[in-house]
This record gives sequence, structure tokens and C-alpha cells, in this order.
Amino acid sequence: MTVAEVRSPWDRVRGHWSARSWLRMFHVVTGVPLGLLAGLLIVAITALSVIFVWTVAVPVAGALLLFWLVPLLTRLQRLRFAAFLDVEIPPVPRRRLKGNVAMRLLRRTRSASLWRQVAYHLASPLISVVGCAGVIVTWSGALVTGALAVQFWVLGGGWRGVPFALLSAALLVAGPWLAQGVSSLDVIAGEALLGPSVSDQLAERVESLRESRAEVIDAADAERRRIERDLHDGAQQRLVSLAMKLGMARATFGELPLPAKEMIAQAHDEAKQALKELRDLVRGLHPAVLTDEGLDAALSGLAARAALPVRLRVDVPRRVSPTIEAVAFFVVSEALVNVAKHARATTAEVVVAREGDLLRVVVHDDGRGGADPGGGTGLRGLAQRVGSVDGTLKLDSPPGGPTTISVEMPCV
Amino acid sequence: MRVVLAEDSVLLREGLVWMLGSAGMEVVAAVGDAEALLRACDEHTPDLVVTDVRMPPGHSDEGLRAALALRRRRAGLPIVVLSQYVEERYATQLLSTETSGIGYLLKDRVADVAEFLDALRRVAAGGTALDPEVVAQLLVRRHSDPLDRLTPREHEVLALIAEGRSNTGIADALVVSEGAVGKHINNIFAKLELSGADKDHRRVLAVLRFLKI
Repeated sequence: MTVAEVRSPWDRVRGHWSARSWLRMFHVVTGVPLGLLAGLLIVAITALSVIFVWTVAVPVAGALLLFWLVPLLTRLQRLRFAAFLDVEIPPVPRRRLKGNVAMRLLRRTRSASLWRQVAYHLASPLISVVGCAGVIVTWSGALVTGALAVQFWVLGGGWRGVPFALLSAALLVAGPWLAQGVSSLDVIAGEALLGPSVSDQLAERVESLRESRAEVIDAADAERRRIERDLHDGAQQRLVSLAMKLGMARATFGELPLPAKEMIAQAHDEAKQALKELRDLVRGLHPAVLTDEGLDAALSGLAARAALPVRLRVDVPRRVSPTIEAVAFFVVSEALVNVAKHARATTAEVVVAREGDLLRVVVHDDGRGGADPGGGTGLRGLAQRVGSVDGTLKLDSPPGGPTTISVEMPCV
Repeated sequence: MRVVLAEDSVLLREGLVWMLGSAGMEVVAAVGDAEALLRACDEHTPDLVVTDVRMPPGHSDEGLRAALALRRRRAGLPIVVLSQYVEERYATQLLSTETSGIGYLLKDRVADVAEFLDALRRVAAGGTALDPEVVAQLLVRRHSDPLDRLTPREHEVLALIAEGRSNTGIADALVVSEGAVGKHINNIFAKLELSGADKDHRRVLAVLRFLKI
């Protein structure tokens, strides 16, 4: 509800009986039949279910009817709020219920939002009837006293008509206020009971945050691949071409002066070195073989290049999402780097297995142990990257070894 | 020697054409994608194919797949695959049929012109040219079998055989006499229990054993 800006006393007076006020009154009045109908139906169904509870069938049918009826009544009430007061009550998010029919029924009876809606439909006739009665009494009172005042004035009652006129004016002013009060009360009850509860809103917020986070992670992963491709198609090719030309110059220089020869040889070596560095850098971003052939191939390359012998077992019959693949690759890559750097291990073992909706990555080494997640940024970075896809990382590294890192990530 | 070249980077393709041309090879077709490579090979029946792994339209492993298709069409067609990164998996796929007339090199190798041209000639002559980096990867990985019985020197020799070098090439690389190389190779054959009559055949078998293919 927006309150129009009040500029002059006339605006104030006019605003008091404006269309908005009339709509509020309509809202209060229309609340009566709807509220009574809803209240009666709910009470009747409940009463029948209680009376015939021994038949079992009646209460079940009653419950089913109630589950169908309550959302319908809520929808009608929501329409009423929107039509007369411009108040949009957000719909209660419908959760997808799992399980068979009986389970769903039981879950539905446990749903707090359903009982809140029932509470509103039971409270609504009270608010509407009392409010409507109040409004009608006020307006008719204003009319009656007004008529009396006019009557006294016409019949020459003199000053005796004045109190009636004052009363009539007072009631005329009070009418819209009362309607406003009643409709405000209705809005408070409606928003509290018909809309989503705090936990519903939180659940929805969590869901939307989860979605936006997944999008951010996917975007970051896509960006990594884009950079890899851009470098591959651009800078790397140019450098290869440059190194090749310098190589040809070096192979074919005949009578160049010595300093020039040396310069070309140095440039050639530097170009090759730059090429190697760029290759190592780009590789770490997102190896192309991971996109092409999946985890098995990418991890084989990783294990082969590791500084120590690595036994690798990959059992992923169906490929997981590119993001999860990228995280799994990163985990193994970082873990093997850590092992080579700190563990003083002689061998390492990597096991990657998909178990239903779970991708499990285990990196084990026979090193000296004592790895501490708080000690360096490496393990913390790993945990963060795993956490970003709702995965968990467990570290088992007693002093003296061995060390096992287990990661579990949900995958579809 | 008639060469078909496939490389999507124009800069590098032109450079390679120039380089091969100045080395006395005739580049009959230089194309930019895998489809065109297959067509060019049908048209020109080259003596050697040089192809990039990653090519349009998918910028994935099109070149490699084209190479495998070409080998299926014409057994023994010498092919050198150039790759930005050498991957054991790609190497295994390439070598799964036979190892002769196959080269798998890191793209950076074109910078060392003489060595690169040497590798091309070796493959064209039916030999093998595996990038030292692939060989190193395989060497680290294959460690729990008869290969364990090899001495470090024999390992080195076997790695150089796998790269596709001849005895002379190995002798040069290790700075030893050719006779010493021959002795090492015989030891390797004995330790890998390869007692076949034909020497070259045993060489290939040793490499296959080494690559575990």
C-alpha cells in the first residue's frame, strides 16, 4: 500500500474518502462471504472427519479434500488482497514431496504452511465479520444521525440538531479509518499466515544462492577453458612460429658476424624457454585432454608426469560434469605436487571412483605425514575448491605418515 | 618427398611450408582442418602426413582422429602428429596399430629445425619418432615388471629406441660407441626375453613391451 503524498488540507480531506478508502471497505465487505465460506467448509470437514473417525475413509477423504481446498481458498484470498488493496502476498513455495502416496499425505499434514493457511481461514471470518459489522454500523450511524440532524433542521428543532450533525460528521470521518484499521489487520494476518514463512523464505534464498554459486563456478571454469584456448590459438602458436623462424635462421646463418649469430642463438633459446613456460602455465589452467577424453586420460598424464611413481585407478563409467571433472583434476594435481614437495614419499596412489551420485577421489602416499590444513595455502585452497561444489575433503595425516586425502563430491 | 600438412594456425602453417620446402620436401597440400586433410590425402597420396592434434571445427582432437582414420584407410602411411601437449593417451591411440611410420612430437620441437626434419625423415622411412617427453612419461609410469631388471643405462637406451633412434643415433646421443649400444640392446632383449630371429622385429617388440601396448 502506498500512501499518496498529502499536500494541502483539501487533499487530506479528499484522500480520506478517495477510491482507495472505498476499495478498503469493499475488501472488508467481500471478506465476509469468503471468510465465512472458508471457515465453514474447514470446520465442517474437520467435524465430519472427527465424527466419522472410526470409518477411516472419511477422515482420509476429508484430509485430501482439505489439502485440495485450502490452497484454493488461499488463492482466492490472495486475489482479494491483490484486487482491493494492491497487496501481493507471495505464494508459498510448493516443495516437491518424495515417496509414495501415503508418505506424501503424511508429509503434507506435517507441512507448517498448510496449518498456517488453515489458521488464517479460521481467523478471517472473525476479522471480516467484526470489521464489516463495525464499518456498517459506522456508516449507517453516520447516515441515521445525518438524517436526524436534517430532520431537526427542517422541522425547526433549532440547536437540538447540532449534536446529531456533529456525531454524523464524526462517524463519517471514522468510517474510512475503521475500514483502514480492519483491512490493515487483515493484511497483517494474511501476510503472516498466507505468505511464505521465514523458514520458507530462507529455504528459497538458500536455493537461489546455491544456483547462483553454481553459475559462478561454472562461469569460472568456462573462463579458464577460454583462456586456455585463447592462449593456445594465439600466443602459443605465434611463439612456436617465432621459435621456428629463429631456429631456421640459426641453422642457415652463413656469413653473419659473430655477435649477430650469438644474438640469434640467444633469441632462439629464449623463445624455446618462453614456449616451455607458457605451455606449463596453460596446462595448469585446464588441460585439453580433460575436455576431450575425461578424467582417466587427464589423470594418466598427470600421474605419468609426477615426480614419483603413482599408481592410478580410475573407475568412472559415466562422465561427470565438466566442473566436477575440473575440480577432481585440480585436487589430484595439487595433491601430487604437495606429495612431491613435502611428503618425502616413495610412491603415491590415486583412486577415483564414481559411486552413484558421488565422485570419490583418494590420494594416498607413504610419506612422513604431519600434513596440516592450517599450515599452508595449498590444502586450504584444495578444501575451498572442493567446498565450492558442495564437496567434502578429509585429511588423515598422522606424524610419521602415511597421508590420505579423501574428497567426495556430488555429481549427476 | 611429397608431404600433406594440416595446421590451423596460418602463421605456423606458412612457416612449416617454407621450412619443409627449404629442406627439399615438396608440400603438396597445406590445409587448416581435419576434413580438408582427409580430402587432400585422397587427392595427393602423399609420402608423409604432418598434422596438428587440435583443429577446427571442434578444436579438440580432430587431427588425431583424422590420423587414425588415414592409417585405417592406408596401412603404413607415415604420419607425424604434432601436439601442444604430449599425452600418453593420444600416443597410445596412435601406436595401437603399429609403431612403424608414426611420429608423435611436441609442437615446440619445430624450433629445433635439424632435429625436427630428422624426425620427419625417419618417420617417412617407416621409422618411429616419439617425443622424449612422452617417453619420459611412459618411463616413469612403467616400473613394475621385467623392465625393473634393466640397468639405468639400458633404460636410457630403450627410451631412445622408443623415440625411434637408430643405433648410430643412440650412440651419438649417449656419446658411446655403436658397439656398446649393440651390447646394451642385446642385454635388453635378453632381459625382456625376446629371442626372435629377426633383429628389427625384436626392436619393435621391445618398444611395445616398453610402451605396454
